[in-house]
Amino acid sequence: MIRNFLKTFLLVELVKGLVLTGKHMFARKITIQFPEEKTPISPRFRGLHAQRRYANGEERCIACKLCEAVCPALAITIESEQREDNTRRTTRYDIDLTKCIFCGFCEEACPVDAIVETHIFEYHGEKRGDLYYTKPMLLAIGDKYEAEIAANKAADAKYR
Amino acid sequence: MNFETVVFYVLSAILVLAGLRVITAKNPVHAALFLVLAFFTSAGLWLLMQAEFLAITLVLVYVGAVMVLFLFVVMMLDVNFEQLREGFWRNLPMAGTVALIMVGEMALILMSPEAKLGSYHAAAPLAADASNVKELGRQLYTTYLLPFELASVVLLVGMVAAIALTMRKRKDNKTVNPGLQVKVRRNDRVRIVKMDAEKPAKPETGDAAEQQA
Amino acid sequence: MELLQNLLGLDAGLTVWTVLKIVAIVAPMMIAVAYLTLAERKVIGWIQLRIGPNRVGPAGLLQPLADGVKLLMKEIILPSASNKSLFLIGPVLSIMPALVAWAVVPFTDHLVLANVDASLLFVMAITSMGVYGVIVAGWASNSKYAFIGAMRSAAQIVSYEIAMGCALVGVLMVSSSLNLVAIVQQQAHGIAGGSLFSWNWLPLFPMFIVYLISGVAETNRAPFDVAEGESEIVAGFHVEYSGMAFAVFFLAEYANMILIAAMTSIMFLGGWLSPFPASWGFLGASGFGWLAAKMAFVLYCFLWFRATFPRYRYDQIMRLGWKVFIPVTLVWLIVLGAWMMSPLTLWH
Repeated sequence: MIRNFLKTFLLVELVKGLVLTGKHMFARKITIQFPEEKTPISPRFRGLHAQRRYANGEERCIACKLCEAVCPALAITIESEQREDNTRRTTRYDIDLTKCIFCGFCEEACPVDAIVETHIFEYHGEKRGDLYYTKPMLLAIGDKYEAEIAANKAADAKYR
Repeated sequence: MNFETVVFYVLSAILVLAGLRVITAKNPVHAALFLVLAFFTSAGLWLLMQAEFLAITLVLVYVGAVMVLFLFVVMMLDVNFEQLREGFWRNLPMAGTVALIMVGEMALILMSPEAKLGSYHAAAPLAADASNVKELGRQLYTTYLLPFELASVVLLVGMVAAIALTMRKRKDNKTVNPGLQVKVRRNDRVRIVKMDAEKPAKPETGDAAEQQA
Repeated sequence: MELLQNLLGLDAGLTVWTVLKIVAIVAPMMIAVAYLTLAERKVIGWIQLRIGPNRVGPAGLLQPLADGVKLLMKEIILPSASNKSLFLIGPVLSIMPALVAWAVVPFTDHLVLANVDASLLFVMAITSMGVYGVIVAGWASNSKYAFIGAMRSAAQIVSYEIAMGCALVGVLMVSSSLNLVAIVQQQAHGIAGGSLFSWNWLPLFPMFIVYLISGVAETNRAPFDVAEGESEIVAGFHVEYSGMAFAVFFLAEYANMILIAAMTSIMFLGGWLSPFPASWGFLGASGFGWLAAKMAFVLYCFLWFRATFPRYRYDQIMRLGWKVFIPVTLVWLIVLGAWMMSPLTLWH
């Protein structure tokens, strides 16, 4: 009874809390200074999309539309036609990144590893339309980062 | 006209205007706020009379506490202005008579030769180091001790009465006692039961396998 | 001052001189307020293992400036159903008392704008007016959240003012003066001959704690910030305010914090007195530096509390104010009275 009284009126528990936070004030800070420092990224990271090509420069996508079908956010729009060499190719392959939820299902569904999600996450659009990526844009990203995409795929291959 | 006179007239003008607005403002919240202004300016007037303790106490008590509670009530009320102004003309004769009588009474007192208003002069200015507060304390606790104590007893009675009027025990009151809450230990509320993570698998018999199939 | 009086005549010179003194108090005040916001973000950041703002200027030192510019550029939105004039008066009413009270706060024995006889009472009266800004703003916004916030805050400020006043009565008893300069000077002599232990915080320890906590509650700071409890009533009484109108409320809150810190230092921590004996030379000399250091300590405590304690429930805030603090101070007042009358008294 007296112990409880003293404990309440001497604010024992409050002082304990203050000591704890006081200690933390001088503890090592764990902030990552973003643009200069970055956290490590997994090979499975799902960032900006890209369309890949084979080594001979032929685009991988065969317009099977599996990604369009699996996309839960209905962010992918595909139109296809027969090319002169009688292969089926896309004439339009658009991803609306404002709809995309970055689930990675399109990458999983793709039978030819054409659509992939890269590790790029620092991109932005200044207008709403800027985040609507068309086929040439996706291919350009793929061309630019092919080495890294391939490396990530290789690193993750043994777990698939 | 020296500086103090100017201040006096400015403050008085504000005071009178604020007082008028208190009774003419349509919105009760505005009226209450004008009353605050009136208190504040009259505190200023008292300061001019070198009654700084009283002036500050006026602000502290009336502006700082009483009017806040007043505003509280006024703001919470859902006042219907139409209804308020409904009986204005009907009640005017009655109210006018009362007002006239009061004005007459005041005039009778103030203008009678007995009041000797002309013989009142401004108090002599205090010495620079004279302490208003000390003098007040001395007066309150010597000459006026009994009235002072009586006034505080009256206030105490009022306080007790107000509490007694509003206090009632409710049966469905669910308030908790923080003192008891703090005292609770873990063992009073939680019982940890040691259990094995899984039941050991039963030896597989022919019957059991058949039943499952 | 004499130069000005020669230049402008006796009365006008005095007026200009006083205005200059007011500017000399208010301008550093505003800078202190700005940097208190930065200090708050930094300290709370450190306690949460972050580093706080560090982008604007070296180590984030220009952050308050950037915040100020941002708020200035923003549009002030007048809610269409609000009471326009009162809506605009609200912020003014809230910052005015926070600045006016500094008129009587002494910085050293002689450095004080107006050495009023009843300066302590003046500070209390003026700070008690701060609640009008909150009430008027909450009511004039014509918004339910704002109104609830205003009601909570008003009830809280009025209740804690009583506990605060009762705590101050103890200080008045031992210093037998309402003058802030005299209150500090009284603390210069006592059991330990004017050092750390003769200040009021030790003999009046319960009062000191009650005053400190009431001060936190009075300024609506965490853990007593139910008036702006973000999780339940968005931001309380200033939800409808934007841009500079909001910034003025913000300034008022921090200016009040600094004021409470100054009052705590003056009344319980010996004001500008040095904690060391006078023979220590530079360290033993009293001066504004010590008052600033004490204020900084109290302000740090405010931030520390905010970073440590979770928000109180509203009914418990009221219980603490009325059922704990007031009885505690009343009991200690009686003890103090008996102590002062007994032969063991420390005060002569």
